[in-house]
Amino acid sequence: MKGRSGNKGVSYAKWGYIFIAPFFIAFFIFQLIPLVSTIYYSFFEYYRSGLKIIGPNPVGFDNYKALFDSDFLKYMGNTLILWISGFIPQIFVSLLLAAWFTDLRLRIRGKQFFKVVIYMPNLIMASAFAMLFFALFSDNGPVNGFLMSAGIIDKPFRFLSSVVGARGLVALMNFLMWFGNTTILLMAAVMGINPALFEAAELDGCSHLQMFFKITLPMIRPILVYVLITSMIGGLQMFDVPQILTNGNGNPNRTVTTIIMYLNNHLYSKNYCMASSVSVILFLICAVLCIGVYFSLNSGDDGMGGKKRKKKKGGVSV
Amino acid sequence: MRETKEKRGVAFTIFVHMVLIFLAFLCLFFFYILIINSTRDHYQIQKGFSFLPGTHFMENLHNVLNDANIPVVSGIKNSLLVSVGAAVLATYFSALTAYGLYAYDFKLKKPAFIFIMLILSMPTQVSALGFVRLVEKMNMMNTLWPLFLPSIAAPAVFYFMYSYIQASLPMELVEAARMDGCSEFGTFNRIVLPIMKPAIAVQAIFTFVQTWNTYFIPALIISDNSKKTLPILIASLRSADFLKFDMGKVYMLITVAIVPIIIVYLLLSRFIVAGVTLGGVKE
Repeated sequence: MKGRSGNKGVSYAKWGYIFIAPFFIAFFIFQLIPLVSTIYYSFFEYYRSGLKIIGPNPVGFDNYKALFDSDFLKYMGNTLILWISGFIPQIFVSLLLAAWFTDLRLRIRGKQFFKVVIYMPNLIMASAFAMLFFALFSDNGPVNGFLMSAGIIDKPFRFLSSVVGARGLVALMNFLMWFGNTTILLMAAVMGINPALFEAAELDGCSHLQMFFKITLPMIRPILVYVLITSMIGGLQMFDVPQILTNGNGNPNRTVTTIIMYLNNHLYSKNYCMASSVSVILFLICAVLCIGVYFSLNSGDDGMGGKKRKKKKGGVSV
Repeated sequence: MRETKEKRGVAFTIFVHMVLIFLAFLCLFFFYILIINSTRDHYQIQKGFSFLPGTHFMENLHNVLNDANIPVVSGIKNSLLVSVGAAVLATYFSALTAYGLYAYDFKLKKPAFIFIMLILSMPTQVSALGFVRLVEKMNMMNTLWPLFLPSIAAPAVFYFMYSYIQASLPMELVEAARMDGCSEFGTFNRIVLPIMKPAIAVQAIFTFVQTWNTYFIPALIISDNSKKTLPILIASLRSADFLKFDMGKVYMLITVAIVPIIIVYLLLSRFIVAGVTLGGVKE
């Protein structure tokens, strides 16, 4: 960071504070106070029983004990499975596309068209997208209609009543919504690699595959780490898609209930003990991941690291 | 020898195109069915799937806009209000913060920067409970304020602005403005903001879309029908008895929620796709 000011003996320091004040005040009010009070509530007995509000009475770590005795770990597992089954195809396809799009020997027609199309699902309202999938994949929806008229199946496949079907749909939606974004981030990272490296490798008779594994992958490692961590954070936040798809019940048999859906249920039933202890656990995990993001953005000098969807790295060194 | 290599190259190119076409098909197909079904009536949709559009587009649109249980018109209005509010606040104050941290030297400069970088990816869901309680205490339940005021502190937008300002604002310009007697705020509003226009435009679009699509927090704050935003209306459609619904209307509501975004995206696509990584790549 290089800021120069006050070279004439005038101090501009106070303006620095004034300019950053709104951000920090808003952060303090809308994020820090809520966070602190969430942590505070997690140590109290505080819930609604019928029309009565019980508590708040201090109970130490009882809420956390109760939390781990509940189905919390199962929902943790669900979230992990849903995230991984979307992320693996996503990173695989994105790496492939990024390598193809940046390969100059490969003349792809309509490159811009493909980029525009694959990025599009990222901007779609997740709840509307889930509602659309629900309508399309319902027992007598168009997908079943199509599969039956094509003679592939005799009777409707009940996607939302099968564990694999429901989880598969969530994973498919997450894949569709994020692979374009990841492709574009990875492409930018690949294009940031010094072309001389590829030229030298080509002169030495390296194949496409060798170049990909020996040059491209190691060079874009910082951004791969970044994509992985931000995707994990995104996965932990997974809510809209499974919530709307299953109407909040996570069926079949709560196998697609994610942590945030669980949190949401407790917030609605005003069970503040559970809601706050889930939040705190989530906060601790995210805090660790955020430190990971911090280091992934500040490591390496290849100048690229974007956050999912909206950012790129600062300090582009020329 | 050379010929077989070339042939293999051609085969590979064809393979690459096939994969790309398949992925593009996956991305477009669902939206194609959506648009088709929004033009057909309930009976046609129940009868089966068709590749050709029907003739009931206007009828479905009329039905959706006039449904007393799903206030779509006010939903669009609320969503627009919240999204524009969030986009304006997030971009202006993030630019201001970025400029403050870039252009001035002060004791807490580095800690402030590191702090924002650390909370960069912290999801707002973790403090949802405290947030709802706070909004209750502020008497702002069922109002739109809590849906966009927090955007003043948008770490991700700040980070983008900071990177952009670093790459494109020469301090000489600021010093020249000072010489000319420009106040600090005047310098920011008249010199810095215009230079940041491209970054502001990109981030305004992203913040708008993101806010337009958010469901979790608004659903906790808003219960009043007239204050609901579009995602909440869509969710209420799902929780209603689905089979009783006119499917033409269901598809039309989804269309109303996502097609405007798609149209804007297609118009500005070059710009938006480039914006995802703007400034991150050395030209």
